[in-house]
Amino acid sequence: MKLHITQADYDALRAHGEETYPHECCGVMLGHAKDDGNHVAAIVRAGNTRTDSAHNRYNISPIELIKIQREGRKQGLDIVGFYHSHPDHPAMWSSTDFAEAHWFGCCYVITSVDKGKANLTNAFHLSGTTEDDKAFQQEEILITEAVGENA
Amino acid sequence: MKINIPTPLRAFTDKQATVEVNGATVQAGLDALVAAHPELKNHLFTPDGKLRSFVNVYLNDDDVRYLPAAEASAVSADDELTIIPSIAGGRTGRPGVSASRALCCR
Ligand SMILES: [Zn+2]
Repeated sequence: MKLHITQADYDALRAHGEETYPHECCGVMLGHAKDDGNHVAAIVRAGNTRTDSAHNRYNISPIELIKIQREGRKQGLDIVGFYHSHPDHPAMWSSTDFAEAHWFGCCYVITSVDKGKANLTNAFHLSGTTEDDKAFQQEEILITEAVGENA
Repeated sequence: MKINIPTPLRAFTDKQATVEVNGATVQAGLDALVAAHPELKNHLFTPDGKLRSFVNVYLNDDDVRYLPAAEASAVSADDELTIIPSIAGGRTGRPGVSASRALCCR
């Protein structure tokens, strides 16, 4: 399983983390779940509702998520993953990320933003089907040529 | 009413993104959904029958938890229910939680 994403979307989600630095950014990846992994056809920026602690927390409001899902469905796209940034912190999931991950089968992308510059970007697939057997598995990010490939 | 199913739960609805059910209230709709797709039960509800804390249910654009009648809210045939798991996280564990959970990358 690999995460398939275009260079443009990959660059855009990394740039988002630079823009919101020193706060965490977050967003949604729309596309299709296929046998070889999730294919991203579009990314949508989301507002971080954790304004109280935006430097180390992110949260997408359910209603914003519903609206993104609704718009995606109109284009035949589903939510296949999420991305967020870790300002001045490694691109690895934290205990909070894991505890609050509930979208099984989806991909969670994390970019470390060091002193305002996007550094590493890692993708983690949330495997399992319940809170008891879930696990984050790092997966390769495959940069694809054109959007058509993922649509 | 129509119930929108999020991607992770479609494994239990025969891959359907929306499920059409009958019911006069939100609770009746959720019960009908679980009756049609029994595997969903454990994913939506705790053993004592409460919606799991990370599972949000919206009646059109309103969070059911904050409606005056909550799950007992009346629903008409044109209404839409959306089940949406929460999305959150952060670079550090909650104080006091990360140490005991030993799930952290650090
Ligand atoms: Zn994080």
